[in-house]
Amino acid sequence: MTERLTHRLMLASAAPIAAVVIAVVLSSIVLLISGSNPLAAYADMVQHASKLETQVDILNRATPLYLSGVAAAIGFRMNLFNIGVEGQYLLAFIVAAHLGAQVELPSVLHIAFILVVAMAVGGMFSGAAGVLKVTRGVNEVISTIMLNAVVISGLAAWWIVEWQAGGEISATGGRVGTEPIAESGLLPDINSWLEVFTREVGLGKKLTGMLVVALVVGVVYHVILNRTVFGFDLRSSGANPTASHVGGVSPKRMVVIAMTLSGMVAGLVGMTELMDTGYYPSNPISLLGFTGIAVALLGRNHPAGVAVAALIFGFLDVSSGILQISGAASREIVEIMKGVIILTAVIAYEVVRRIREREEAAAAAAAMAASPGADA
Amino acid sequence: MAPAIELTGITKRFPGVVANDDIHLEVAEGEIHAICGENGAGKSTLMKILYGMQPPDSGTIRIQGDEVELHSPAQAIELGIGMVHQHFMLADQLTVLENVILGAEPMRSLGRIDFQAGREHLDEVGRAYGLDINADDLVETLEVGERQRVEIIKVLYRGAKILILDEPTAVLVPQEVDELFRNIRELKASGATILFIDHKLDEVLEIADTITVLRQGRTVGTVKPGEVTAHDLAEMMIGSELPVPDAGASTVTEEVALELSGLRVAGEGDRAVVDDVTLSVHRGEIVGIAGVEGNGQAELVNAIIGIQDPDQGVITLLGRDITHVSVRHRREMGLGYVPQDRHRDGLLLGFTLWENAALGHQTEKPYSRGPWLSRLGMRGRANRIKEDFDVRTPNIEVSAHALSGGNQQKLIVGREMVADPAVLIANHPTRGIDVGAQAAVWDDIRDARSRGLATLLVSADLDELIGLSDTIVVMLRGRLVARLDPNDVTPRDLGAYMTGAALEAGAP
Repeated sequence: MTERLTHRLMLASAAPIAAVVIAVVLSSIVLLISGSNPLAAYADMVQHASKLETQVDILNRATPLYLSGVAAAIGFRMNLFNIGVEGQYLLAFIVAAHLGAQVELPSVLHIAFILVVAMAVGGMFSGAAGVLKVTRGVNEVISTIMLNAVVISGLAAWWIVEWQAGGEISATGGRVGTEPIAESGLLPDINSWLEVFTREVGLGKKLTGMLVVALVVGVVYHVILNRTVFGFDLRSSGANPTASHVGGVSPKRMVVIAMTLSGMVAGLVGMTELMDTGYYPSNPISLLGFTGIAVALLGRNHPAGVAVAALIFGFLDVSSGILQISGAASREIVEIMKGVIILTAVIAYEVVRRIREREEAAAAAAAMAASPGADA
Repeated sequence: MAPAIELTGITKRFPGVVANDDIHLEVAEGEIHAICGENGAGKSTLMKILYGMQPPDSGTIRIQGDEVELHSPAQAIELGIGMVHQHFMLADQLTVLENVILGAEPMRSLGRIDFQAGREHLDEVGRAYGLDINADDLVETLEVGERQRVEIIKVLYRGAKILILDEPTAVLVPQEVDELFRNIRELKASGATILFIDHKLDEVLEIADTITVLRQGRTVGTVKPGEVTAHDLAEMMIGSELPVPDAGASTVTEEVALELSGLRVAGEGDRAVVDDVTLSVHRGEIVGIAGVEGNGQAELVNAIIGIQDPDQGVITLLGRDITHVSVRHRREMGLGYVPQDRHRDGLLLGFTLWENAALGHQTEKPYSRGPWLSRLGMRGRANRIKEDFDVRTPNIEVSAHALSGGNQQKLIVGREMVADPAVLIANHPTRGIDVGAQAAVWDDIRDARSRGLATLLVSADLDELIGLSDTIVVMLRGRLVARLDPNDVTPRDLGAYMTGAALEAGAP
């Protein structure tokens, strides 16, 4: 039995490890062709990442990527492609920033209010795509792409002007953005938690408190998906909607709920930035929604897998900066590595899936032949 | 003279199974050769190899004495081999002529189709082989038997001398089978060689000149119909005694479990696909629904389990009106369902067996408590199903697609039975599974019946209907047109009711 377990674990970890190894090999080839020394580049990346301050940067980057990845994963589990995480988080970001600046509340309530607004806005906006799908048959890929455009070049562009902090030199320090949220509404950093294990974090780096929120989201996602009847309904409906329907799960209901939940988590993506700066700027950190799709893909929609994928992407993003500074390689190599990792991961996962399927079929056939009553 | 087809040592492996294991087959020129075997015995794989759809792993194929390697159906057609598939491949909106020439159109200049030449050739083929068909009929207006004839003509039109018929009688009622057999004999008389795949023994004995039996991928033997009985053949096929469905003593009670009254389900264009159906099923009773497929059985079943809303009428389960109640609620009230298409409606193929064991019952104990799943309960039930219903699997952690069709079906039947339903809707419960699993499913339904289960059995297997049911109703064009006692009805009578022939002629 333990032998079987080891075998299964090996199969499970073979795919991501193979993906990373192949990605490193392919990236090295690209680096060689472009005239850089791959070993020097990797050495720079690893050395940079071994610094505590860089690690804080990586975690700060991985946090929104993880939330975005989980948002995409919830959709994928229901066989829905929520490509609208991008629009959902930006909309939630600006609305939460604006409303958060309008209220005065005790700190805990203020923070909770902002997070709840963000989740509600993301959930409703994404849920709308779900409603369109079940009532009008609009494919969610199309509707969420269009809703992205509605947010990015529509609502957000309009409201940033409408809600702009007043004055020549505004309260946001001369930058264009919404009214800043009072200190009570900002989630404090958790440097002190980190410093229990390490030395003091320097260079003014702050580890985002949203990391805790992201971890809670991951645990809740895992528990709901795997330990509740609702999670079973969601997974079964995503895997086989007709069998699930016959089994008592309304596929339409699940589509709307899954889109809404996905949007709610998406709404939290922009909160890492908001909780740090306190306002919605004219150029918020963007593309986190689209990257989240890749993160979910690499992490196999699994709560822990998505976390690892988010850390890998966070590491690569942060490394691109040091490559530019050290000059060991062009920073674009990082984008190539991301692409190669995704491609090799998808292929490696599929190969492993087929091997496992074949092994199971062989075992089942052996069980049939071995049991009494079946002739040899 | 060299045999028309000679296969030696054909072996074909798929992951985990040997579909064909050293198969030898010799088909003489101008004979009707039947290939018999249970589902999964390797008949279809062998025919696919012969038709060039799959290459064998080893072995040789000789056609009229010449060794060939087949890589595609096109090549097989060139060699004079034609295949009539079980599921027709016809375009409904086109005429017979258009369907026949499709893909082999005679051309005139400027890329125009020469319909005249096509028509002449079609008539020629029809005359030569004694097949009667009107070239200008739209295919959608044709009966099943006629459509099959179009398929056969399509193959002959392309010059086939060797015809492979894949379970041609599966879709036909007995009267149409007679017609098909007349055609097959005509074909033989005109010099064609016919390879006939079937597992209905009486048919095989009636039509074949030679019978080859396959079992678990191997050739068990080749016999002449005069030398064997159906019983002998059955034993060759399964290697043990053939089970028959038999309901045993009646256990029907007075208590109505499921009642349908005036049920109407609208299809496209508001046409009634289920029309004024009134029916009751008592505790301890099995009511069989006979009918040619597509006469409203599917919609009737959908309305009862709750995935299609009826627009008139009332469905009552255990005295409570459930006409517009959710599927989940119906299931919780004790409605069990064995679907017709287990891959589409019954299983989560990529999920483990213990997760599949809970599907449809996930809100009930012991699978869950309140909103929380109980993995312990799910695994426990799955193990019980595995033991009690003889699901052959190494363990319950494998995914459902690893199991053979029969074992998947046993899992589904077991899942529904352990939930101890009050009413079971069994929709073609033994379709496409082997004889052993079929007998097991029959036993399970019978056992539950004696404990008071009310069963609505929809089936295309007339022996199954007659053998298991306490009452048989016939469904034709959405209506229940006859109510019969299985004790004094033969498959032939039933066939006459199913096509409406008996009604037009007045009841026999």
